Amino acid sequence: MANSRRKMYFRMVTSSLIRRASRLIIAVLAIAIGATILSGLVTIYYDIPEQLGREFRSYGANLIVLPKGDAKITREILAELENIIGREKIVGIAPYRYQTVKINEQPYIIAGTDLPEAEKNSPFWYIEGTWANSDEPDHVMIGHEIAETLNLKLGDSFVVQGVKYGERAEASRQDYSAKENLQRDKASQNFNKKLFVKGIITTGGAEEGFIFADSNMLDELVGDIFRADVVECSVIADAQELENLSRVIEAKLSNLLPRAVRRLTQSQDIVLGKLQALVLLVTLIVLIITMISVYTTMMAMVAERRREIALKKALGAENNLIMGELLGEGVLLGFLGGAAGVFLGFEFAQRVSLNVFGRAIHFQVALIPITIAVFILITVLASILPVRKVMDIHPAIVLKGE
Amino acid sequence: MSKQILELKNVSKIYGSLKALADINLKVNAGDWLSIMGPSGSGKTTMINIIGCMDTPSTGSVILDGVDISRENASSLTRIRRDKIGLIFQQFHLISYLTAVENVMVAQYYHSMPDEAEAMEALEKVGLKDRARHLPAQLSGGEQQRVCIARALINSPEILLGDEPTGNLDEENEGIVVDIFRRLHDEGVTIIIVTHDPEVGDVAQRKIILEHGRVIQDIDQTSTFGQALKIHHE
Repeated sequence: MANSRRKMYFRMVTSSLIRRASRLIIAVLAIAIGATILSGLVTIYYDIPEQLGREFRSYGANLIVLPKGDAKITREILAELENIIGREKIVGIAPYRYQTVKINEQPYIIAGTDLPEAEKNSPFWYIEGTWANSDEPDHVMIGHEIAETLNLKLGDSFVVQGVKYGERAEASRQDYSAKENLQRDKASQNFNKKLFVKGIITTGGAEEGFIFADSNMLDELVGDIFRADVVECSVIADAQELENLSRVIEAKLSNLLPRAVRRLTQSQDIVLGKLQALVLLVTLIVLIITMISVYTTMMAMVAERRREIALKKALGAENNLIMGELLGEGVLLGFLGGAAGVFLGFEFAQRVSLNVFGRAIHFQVALIPITIAVFILITVLASILPVRKVMDIHPAIVLKGE
Repeated sequence: MSKQILELKNVSKIYGSLKALADINLKVNAGDWLSIMGPSGSGKTTMINIIGCMDTPSTGSVILDGVDISRENASSLTRIRRDKIGLIFQQFHLISYLTAVENVMVAQYYHSMPDEAEAMEALEKVGLKDRARHLPAQLSGGEQQRVCIARALINSPEILLGDEPTGNLDEENEGIVVDIFRRLHDEGVTIIIVTHDPEVGDVAQRKIILEHGRVIQDIDQTSTFGQALKIHHE
């Protein structure tokens, strides 16, 4: 029996919406627009940390890992480090070996690294020419400062000299002739290699005073296995996550000293915090505007349906029964508007993300029930005052014959 | 002798300085067919609103089915109206987005339990079974009024109250509606109708005429005098 009452209730509520669709389209539209902006902004809100994290990775490495004491970082340790950080969070991980070399008898530092990884870590470097790579190990990149000092241009060659790993340089002896000293320099403990300029780096920083080469070439040149002095990592994480990561690395690899680059991580957190606050504020404003819009629509709806409400009262309907029907319509409006808004909102967020960050975003399935529930709640809240107007309608006055 | 279903005792309704009803006394028995006539502003609608529990008198009492409803609050009046009164309006007042049968079921819904088969039966009684699935906008004025009558009757009310039920109908539809009232009267339904139309007023068993809020004539149209008066008017 109660079932037939429930059925009649749904029949009345749905008929009112379906058969009066043209009148309610504005209300659904208002809710759908609100829901679109809300679900879009919430999607962006949750996606901003990742998107912005990737953007901030353009400013270079945010985690520097150093060996403790005189130790060096081997390939095994590097692989373990990668595992601890997690490949999916790594934008770039570049180990560096620093080797002092001589060019025209002047000391310079050559940094051997995994060049493609270094490129990922340093998208802000301005390169004249192109990035060097392991396919042409003799082709290297030099800092702008070195290029100026040695008057080197793209394609030019220069010779680097130095002492191999574990060997000691022989000082020139006064009691030897110049020829004898030269022969001693070319002996097996020394290296001597002609390199070509493939790219000239301008960064405005210390990098301009370095030569960047493929780490395998450098290891071979100095006659040693892979040993890195430092590893620069670009990781998608905020300040807190980086601090936690540093602690984990230190705990698992006790011979390493990880350091988060605070300047970068803190800037990222500040920008992120402000952006998220802005998104929250806009979301709040949208919610209020939607509520006002629903309120005015429901107010107009109650005014427009005074006769129908008066008739229901004349037929013996209690106020709360009529209010329940109108709120039921509100719930259905909120549901329809909210459901439309979820999908339109994702499309909106996707377009914003593609235009601003150049990346697609992930659809948050949880947003479907949340947005719908929020908009049902908003519609019901905004409808309460207009629906209470039902109590002021007197059937005898409204239904008076004309 | 049928039981007394309604009694108005010294009923007055005052709006500021205007006395819409003045000391009305009226008794209606179950199964009576009463028409209330009078010029505009004579208090017909005020009277029917009070009988229909949509208004209360300023003074006096209204006994409906043995209960004094004159001092009841709005909520009690709603309940009494739902249980004892069936209303028919001049403007029909059907819900535009519900079909004919659904409009009848609405009255069931507020009264007790909706029953579509029963609602269809009520529509069949007023000759509208075939039009049950039509929206009010798809029905003629006469058909809409018949839906309104079916809706008023669906909960078997003690009194069927009509406020100018033929006021918006053409002659043909007026005839159909009056025939329905005649049939309902024969079935024992108590009918009270406010009308401007002498033809509709005259078919009732009893007619009262109001003027300035007072009953100036109370005619039993079944009596010889009543019949004579009717012929005189004709």
